[in-house]
Amino acid sequence: MRSMEEIIKWCEEIAFDLNFLHAKKWKAEDKSRVLVGYLPIYIPREIIHAANGLAVGIMGAGDRKQIIKGDAYYQSYICHLPRGIIEMALDKNLNDFDGFLFPAICDCVRNLSGMFKLSKKGQFQRYFDYPQNFDPKIGGVFYMEEIKKVLSDIHKINGVEVTPEKLNHSIGLYNKNRQLIEAIYNVRQEFPWRLSAVDTYHILRAGLCMTVEEHNDILAQVLKFIQVEQGEPMDNIRVVISGSFCEQPPIGMLKSIEMAGCYIVDDDFMQGSRWIIGDVADNTADPINALMEAYLEKSTFASCVYDVGNPKGKRLVKQARERNADGVVFCAASFCDPALLDRPEMQKECDAAGLPHINFQFHENTGQFKVIKEQAGTFSDSIKLWA
Amino acid sequence: MKGQIIKKMAQPNEAIKEKSMDLQKEMLAKQFKELSMAKEMGKKVVYTFVPGNLTELILSFDMLPVYPEINALQSGMRKKSGEYIKEAEKIGFSEDVCTYVKCDIGMMLKGNIGPTGEQLPPPDLLLLSYTGCFTFLKWFENLERLYPGVPVAMLHTPYQEDGVMTDDQIQYMIKQINEDVIPKMEQVSGKKFDIARLSRMMEDSAKAEDLLVKILESAKTVPTPIDAYFAGVYYIGPIFTAFRGTPEAVVYYQELWNEVQERMRLGLGPVTPEGELKEERFRLVIEGPPNWTNFREFWKIFYDMGAIIVASTYTKVGGTYDLGFRHDPAQPLESMAKYCMGVYTNMNLPQRVDLIEKYVKEYKADGFLINSIKSCNSFSAGQLMIMREIEQRTGVPVGFIESDLVDPRYFSYANIKNRLESYFQMLEQRKTILAQEAVK
Ligand code: SF4
Ligand code: SF4
Repeated sequence: MRSMEEIIKWCEEIAFDLNFLHAKKWKAEDKSRVLVGYLPIYIPREIIHAANGLAVGIMGAGDRKQIIKGDAYYQSYICHLPRGIIEMALDKNLNDFDGFLFPAICDCVRNLSGMFKLSKKGQFQRYFDYPQNFDPKIGGVFYMEEIKKVLSDIHKINGVEVTPEKLNHSIGLYNKNRQLIEAIYNVRQEFPWRLSAVDTYHILRAGLCMTVEEHNDILAQVLKFIQVEQGEPMDNIRVVISGSFCEQPPIGMLKSIEMAGCYIVDDDFMQGSRWIIGDVADNTADPINALMEAYLEKSTFASCVYDVGNPKGKRLVKQARERNADGVVFCAASFCDPALLDRPEMQKECDAAGLPHINFQFHENTGQFKVIKEQAGTFSDSIKLWA
Repeated sequence: MKGQIIKKMAQPNEAIKEKSMDLQKEMLAKQFKELSMAKEMGKKVVYTFVPGNLTELILSFDMLPVYPEINALQSGMRKKSGEYIKEAEKIGFSEDVCTYVKCDIGMMLKGNIGPTGEQLPPPDLLLLSYTGCFTFLKWFENLERLYPGVPVAMLHTPYQEDGVMTDDQIQYMIKQINEDVIPKMEQVSGKKFDIARLSRMMEDSAKAEDLLVKILESAKTVPTPIDAYFAGVYYIGPIFTAFRGTPEAVVYYQELWNEVQERMRLGLGPVTPEGELKEERFRLVIEGPPNWTNFREFWKIFYDMGAIIVASTYTKVGGTYDLGFRHDPAQPLESMAKYCMGVYTNMNLPQRVDLIEKYVKEYKADGFLINSIKSCNSFSAGQLMIMREIEQRTGVPVGFIESDLVDPRYFSYANIKNRLESYFQMLEQRKTILAQEAVK
């Protein structure tokens, strides 16, 4: 049994291995296995698992890769994420992937799907359209067709038939995955000093590069460790970070916020892993339908989903209240229209609820956090002062 | 002298015009008048977008459409957008996001005064035709909050991700139109949906579409009788969206087509704000929206150099009729679905590249130019790759400039002029080389 430190260190390595060697090793063990790279934020990974595939999250190059070629593909006023991904593609980091999925989160990712098509990366490059109509007979039917298209893409490669039994089994494993993640967040809500936000991030992000079975083991071990008291509580405030993260936060930024006296008790960094709130039914005769129903009825709030009748601002305030947070840190990637266009309304809702907030912008390879640290420190001090 | 030019540019009415332009002016003035009196006249108002618009359907309920992007661009032309954008930034909108949204929201915050100086009526229905641009969704989420209680009909147009329209996508569209859009329109307008009326309107749509395509394709002639970008957005295209499906639109396009034919017969070049272009030196295909805040200055850089745009992608955000699509009276709902899916910004990147390649070849272009818009991801993300592909496939020199739609802070006249002058020099040199090779 590995120690907590060993697990965290290993997760960090896996999470930031831009060559995805762990996933590629898994694929090499069996000819019928496929690797499907997907971009942020959410895809129902269950379907790929059931088709003997591994869905690998391609979350960008962060600050781990110098971007040279990628910049020649993007104007300065486009967010950072796609240029890092192009750099990875050109540097052959993404070789051995059988196909790529581009969820319908924004026009940058949408157009990136076309760039992958033009450069014929992988055997399929599919834009995965989320329905924005939430009637099961309309948007639901459309969503199921989107799922079937992905299954057909994979079937063409490995010939694996996805039966309801297999898909139910996969759904069960991902239900477990989400349950464990939520359990970890629940412990952290009460005892945030037991597992830092940075460590939590590494553990969750590693889960995008390994099988769900392996990740569930890790999560279970972590959960066990943090049941036991460790570390020292500090006089920190408790914040929720909101940024509808597609482009990922630089680790230095998270550390700066934590060091400035903020416990991050909830966040939306790894939204895709926590997308469905609750379980997907895993014992039905039509599991694709179950995935569809879960998407329509149990999706979390995010900038890429049209939130009719259940506005994001209110959901954010509710989340902050449930986590007993003192404030919200808005943190969007520069030039990220979806996240930035949501911000004014969310801030308004926080104001209405008397929930203090601050606001940063970042890009994945930001290197300087002095200003962020100072602002977060002032925020924390002001909350303590007025509390 | 300099002062005179600036004065002239600030006075759109002084520009040289043809009969069709007057006709257009009358139609637009009438439309805005109607809008300003909508409440008195008991007319319902629908806010919606240009790409993937359901104009015929709205008009078939006797409702009046309002297009926020058109208001934004008009605000840009009237030099109001800078102030509106700042207003939106004051309430928390980031400098980085689409300036159309900020301009529109700023305009509302400042009293919703439309292009004619009259107040626009608030919406009775928000028709979110979410087609080809993700920002539309965010835009209307914001409008929904600015107009609480106004019903919203969402029409999600699936992206042509594989370069084709699949049956399930078409069915998804039709179901949304049937089960969400039409019932909401019935509820707001108090009228029953009349499919026969919609079909009849589509007969007029198709006629106007035929004429529009003829007009746009007249630019294949050398010299071209029209400018397919500046004039395309200034007087060829605008009527289309708001009036499609009406007899007036057919009359307008017939008049315009007559004028264009006459120009072709006489071998005349396009009309610019300073008169007819005498010498066609460079034929260009352009990708991306224009800049609106300095529209005349921007256009002038081109016509002063004898550069004419023979085909543009921006004029296809309202539909790719030149690829053969027509509204079909026999299948009104299905054709609305196909129309929405076919608009330029809903085409995938390989389709966009193919279309531009076709334009460069069929319109005998000397070059391909991109005007990259700072705040428009839908167009801009991927443009540098489009540029490489076109250069490889056609061999024509490619050029690249940057500006913004309606944020005056991002229009640098000197910078754009310098870049374009170097680009035109490059085109000139290539022409000389090609001419020498032809002699050999
Ligand atoms: S960071 Fe924002 S704009 Fe960029 S790819 Fe992600 S969602 Fe799109
Ligand atoms: S991002 Fe571009 S296409 Fe979308 S609303 Fe803004 S200007 Fe229009």
